[in-house]
Amino acid sequence: MSTQAIAPDTLAPDIGTPDIGTPDIGTPDIVSTTATADAGRRPAPDAPALTQLDLLEAEGIAVIREIVGESRRPVLLFSGGKDSVVMLHLARKAFWPAPIPFPVLHVDTGHNFPEVLTFRDAEVERLGLRLHVASVQDWIDDGRLAERADGTRNPLQTLPLLDAIESGGFDAVFGGGRRDEEKARAKERIVSLRDEFGQWDPRNQRPELWDLVNARHRPGEHMRVFPLSNWTELDVWRYIERERIALPELYYAHQRQVFRRDAMWFAVGPYSQPRASEVVETRTVRYRTVGDMSCTGAVESDAATAADVVLEVAATTITERGATRGDDRLSEAAMEDRKKEGYF
Amino acid sequence: MGTPTITAGLTHGTLLRLATAGSVDDGKSTLVGRLLHDTKNVLSDQLAAVERVSRDRGLSATDLALLTDGLRAEREQGITIDVAYRYFATARRSYILADCPGHVQYTRNTVTGSSTADVVVLLTDARKGVLEQTRRHLAVAALLRVPHVIVAVNKIDLVDFSQAVFGQVSRDIRAVATGLGVEHVHAIPTSALTGDNIVEPSLNTPWYEGPSLLELLETLPVDAAGDEPGFRFPVQLVVRPQQAALDPALVDYRGYAGRLVAGRVVVGDEVIAEPSGRRSRVVGIDLGGRELSEARAPQSVTLRLADDIDIARGDTIVSPGLAAEPVKEVSAVLCWLSDESLASRGRYLVKHGSATVQAIVTSVDSRLDLDSLSDVPASGLGLNDIGRVHLRLAKPLPVSDYATSRPGGAFLLVDPASGGTLAAGMVTS
Repeated sequence: MSTQAIAPDTLAPDIGTPDIGTPDIGTPDIVSTTATADAGRRPAPDAPALTQLDLLEAEGIAVIREIVGESRRPVLLFSGGKDSVVMLHLARKAFWPAPIPFPVLHVDTGHNFPEVLTFRDAEVERLGLRLHVASVQDWIDDGRLAERADGTRNPLQTLPLLDAIESGGFDAVFGGGRRDEEKARAKERIVSLRDEFGQWDPRNQRPELWDLVNARHRPGEHMRVFPLSNWTELDVWRYIERERIALPELYYAHQRQVFRRDAMWFAVGPYSQPRASEVVETRTVRYRTVGDMSCTGAVESDAATAADVVLEVAATTITERGATRGDDRLSEAAMEDRKKEGYF
Repeated sequence: MGTPTITAGLTHGTLLRLATAGSVDDGKSTLVGRLLHDTKNVLSDQLAAVERVSRDRGLSATDLALLTDGLRAEREQGITIDVAYRYFATARRSYILADCPGHVQYTRNTVTGSSTADVVVLLTDARKGVLEQTRRHLAVAALLRVPHVIVAVNKIDLVDFSQAVFGQVSRDIRAVATGLGVEHVHAIPTSALTGDNIVEPSLNTPWYEGPSLLELLETLPVDAAGDEPGFRFPVQLVVRPQQAALDPALVDYRGYAGRLVAGRVVVGDEVIAEPSGRRSRVVGIDLGGRELSEARAPQSVTLRLADDIDIARGDTIVSPGLAAEPVKEVSAVLCWLSDESLASRGRYLVKHGSATVQAIVTSVDSRLDLDSLSDVPASGLGLNDIGRVHLRLAKPLPVSDYATSRPGGAFLLVDPASGGTLAAGMVTS
């Protein structure tokens, strides 16, 4: 490597606090292998075929490792949502038995579900990570951002995110975005260049050839990296089921006080109050996505386990963002417009 | 809107990656929309959105191309600018579909979509026949050695489902394909707009006895990764946790993290670390705390070796059977993807596996002329040109001929100043 890549042997000394003695849910204990005893013997050639999940996992781990090899200061966006939890799980596998060699960053809208923040903090503690929080509330409080008329804070995350990336000196930012989520995301590269203003230029993306990663960029620019690009919502849930990955409870069926708005169920809470005409009722619901409370809706569901959710998602006739995100309904190109400005 | 069946969503069948290609307005995005729609892989809110936009534009029928043309500029201009990735499944297979642009200006995006494809579906307008982009995309598929090419002779409804037109266009394409060295080409008369021969065989083409597009996709054999005689494992990182180890018993752990890009490795195998040529033996294969007795492409694992030899990021661990002697002089075909032209004696970076090395283009030998399908003399390469060059590397790399090994022969040519990817490179022997 001619520039930038960290010396591989400095990987371990660079990384944070050891997390001693906490068994990982998804990581079975070491099992002894039979092949070591008889080194020359080759196992039967008809070993079980790699599944689609195996292939997706292998691709995700390879991308995470390559970015750590090529960049100076990577960071992972971690909200406590299912996709970012899967990202952490892959990162854990990628570097085992060394700890995850980068910090995590959360852009907190100030309107998050409290149980998700509790989960976020518990994960950070369990994995011995360093957490940076970029607070939208701080930006509103000191006047750098103004509350929107519709009350949603998702579009307000962009500036605090770009500021956190710049002030942290991060040159690679991992996100859990998937191409099946949304039509602008379907156009994004796995490793995607942002200019010094944080902008995405969808008309001039870098070619992405074979599985070769090129994360080089000019000073001031950075890369957004999406190792789950090729996963679908169903793949994510099947992986959560297979690896027994813990998630915030609100991803599973629970009773909640909700009201109906724009054909979605919204929780009654400090950031989402029913209007006079909206009736509050108690329903059995779960969340398919977890974001800002003011614009994230729940779906009616009895799915109490990951296996139940897999069946539910396989049979669904509506996309996860269509079912649960008010902010994507702002216009046909709402996501593309936010992404061009630097949104994740 | 039919309900997607649970069996379709939960398929454990094989994964097929396909990419579309063809000239602008040949109907690629419409074909993709039709394929998604007719296999019941469009969810109701997505369909409602494109129906609404189609009505707003005064169209009499739903424009299925809007399912993949997701960018504002694409919708405004009615063209595809960049690859859209879509995911769909049938009872037999899961598909990753890369819908690529047709404009010559966006050929780099077609190369992006095709480089990982098992199948390229090349569309031609039955009324226009073989165009320059048809030749260019066929050349790209040939160079990248995409295993299968399916030619959809599209808009067959606009030539009254004529057998003679289909016969002429498919003969012309086969002639070009043969000239480029593509062996297996399937041709299908289709209308993406009306759905003829996309999912169901059409009653409008009784003279065509072959499969529909989907029937063909469902049954194409997929090559397993790793047709090389041995295995190839580019080392991405050295994992040596020392005092930070997650388990105190593993403070002395030393492993090499990477991805098997070809072949398989078994505990006990003899290995060679390139380019140093030092030998050792695999004593352990780890995947996130689980110990495996073997691994195969394309798995990401961590290898432990019997000897404490010097191996760093960018090195490649290979089996002794792999004919990949590290070299510093390389001949290659480049598919030039940048507005900035290639100049002989130019200094670049080559990224191969996990290695990045400095390189000088010592000579530009020729350029592929798409009309004659022959190599013509050239002194440089410009955007969308395909040409033969010689490179000298600052450090030796264990490359293979791309024709025998995609991962052994594929590389990127990178601009050292901007970091941009300038060309897709394929090592020739």
